[in-house]
Amino acid sequence: MVTIIDYGTGNLRSVTNALARLGADYILTADPEAIRQAERVLLPGVGEAATAMRMLREKGLADTLRNLTCPVLGICLGMQLLCTHSEEGDTDCLGIFPNRVRRFFSGSAGGGLKVPHVGWNSIHSLKSPLYHHIAEGEYVYYVHSYAAEINACTAAATDYGGWFSGSLHQDNFYGCQFHPEKSGAAGGRILANFLSL
Amino acid sequence: MLAKRIIPCLDIRDGQTVKGIHFEGLQNVGDPVELGRRYADEGADELVYLDISATVEGRKTFSELVARIAREIDIPFTVGGGISTAEDAGALLLAGADKVTVNSAAVRDPGLIDEIAGRYGSQFIVVAVDARMDDAGRWVVTTHGGRTPTERELFSWAREAQERGAGEILFTSMNHDGTKSGYPCETFARLASELSIPIIASGGAGTVEHIAEVLTAGRADAALAASIFHYGEIPIPVLKRALHERGIAVRL
Repeated sequence: MVTIIDYGTGNLRSVTNALARLGADYILTADPEAIRQAERVLLPGVGEAATAMRMLREKGLADTLRNLTCPVLGICLGMQLLCTHSEEGDTDCLGIFPNRVRRFFSGSAGGGLKVPHVGWNSIHSLKSPLYHHIAEGEYVYYVHSYAAEINACTAAATDYGGWFSGSLHQDNFYGCQFHPEKSGAAGGRILANFLSL
Repeated sequence: MLAKRIIPCLDIRDGQTVKGIHFEGLQNVGDPVELGRRYADEGADELVYLDISATVEGRKTFSELVARIAREIDIPFTVGGGISTAEDAGALLLAGADKVTVNSAAVRDPGLIDEIAGRYGSQFIVVAVDARMDDAGRWVVTTHGGRTPTERELFSWAREAQERGAGEILFTSMNHDGTKSGYPCETFARLASELSIPIIASGGAGTVEHIAEVLTAGRADAALAASIFHYGEIPIPVLKRALHERGIAVRL
């Protein structure tokens, strides 16, 4: 059973569809008690970091999430919220991963990087059980304007005008900056690996 | 390295794909989900579904279809056709669409771009621009499938769309669409130099070389096509392999 944190930001449909395709049961909840009892937690996120953090705090979920001991997977903004700080809205985040989240530098039109980073990019230096049977250089689908820096928690690195953490891992916490639920067969495999942790 | 994207476009009328060939092993080529899954299995990077239904009933069928696509397809998909309000876009988001594309409605009411981007984020809105080069060499933005010229000019409209919050620009040259003679690569390259958002090239591809050119000299981020895929003229695996051999980053 996967407990999906439903804290009122964005659309959870693509995540629930992906879990359904894998035959996994799930519940959507923002109830701290239900989350404390969870077997496996998924923190999705589409939207803006400061707003999302405010929603988590208002619902009393910040400490609940920090104290979880079950496997936790943050996807996209959900992963960024597990970091220490995000430039998006200059907000402190949950501080589980010691990473800071910064905006891609787009530079001047034409010569610079296109932001958001949209599309399929490759993941390298894979190191976490999420990447069991995933090949080095596999392509996954990204849509984001902010990214976590590389550090010891980096579980997959992607190059977009410089290397950033495509994935993070520390203890029972996992994060994917990309969208496994939209990353075809490889993404399905990554989610299935999370389900079998 | 970010891969260049290959995007088949499926036209849908009353819940069924309009064009379609007889793919081996495909039970129902008219079923947009089955055809979409086939493309996804072949290596398509995204799918675009355009509703060309003329009736209210057909549009209702389309939104039900979007929910079914979202359940069954595991790559991103964009939907368009007949979106004229932010509410229309929001309903498609709830049904599970990853992005919407707006065209004529945005030309009529540019504020629609701000509204959709403001509510749902820039990553959710692709602004499609159909333009035709006139005798004076000016790219005139058109609506209604190229039939209606407007006062707008391609480059300034694309910049305005970006400033209003468009996440990507899908540009179709009405001079080239359907000709299979290639893309206006210089125009695409100029768009790329003026914009900081991704550009999807559409309309005109007849060969692998055309697509390779628009992704390199034309600096496009993605190529969208319909008939070359639907009629099996260039199967997606063949195209991607050929692009890879030319040193273009693609997801194989």
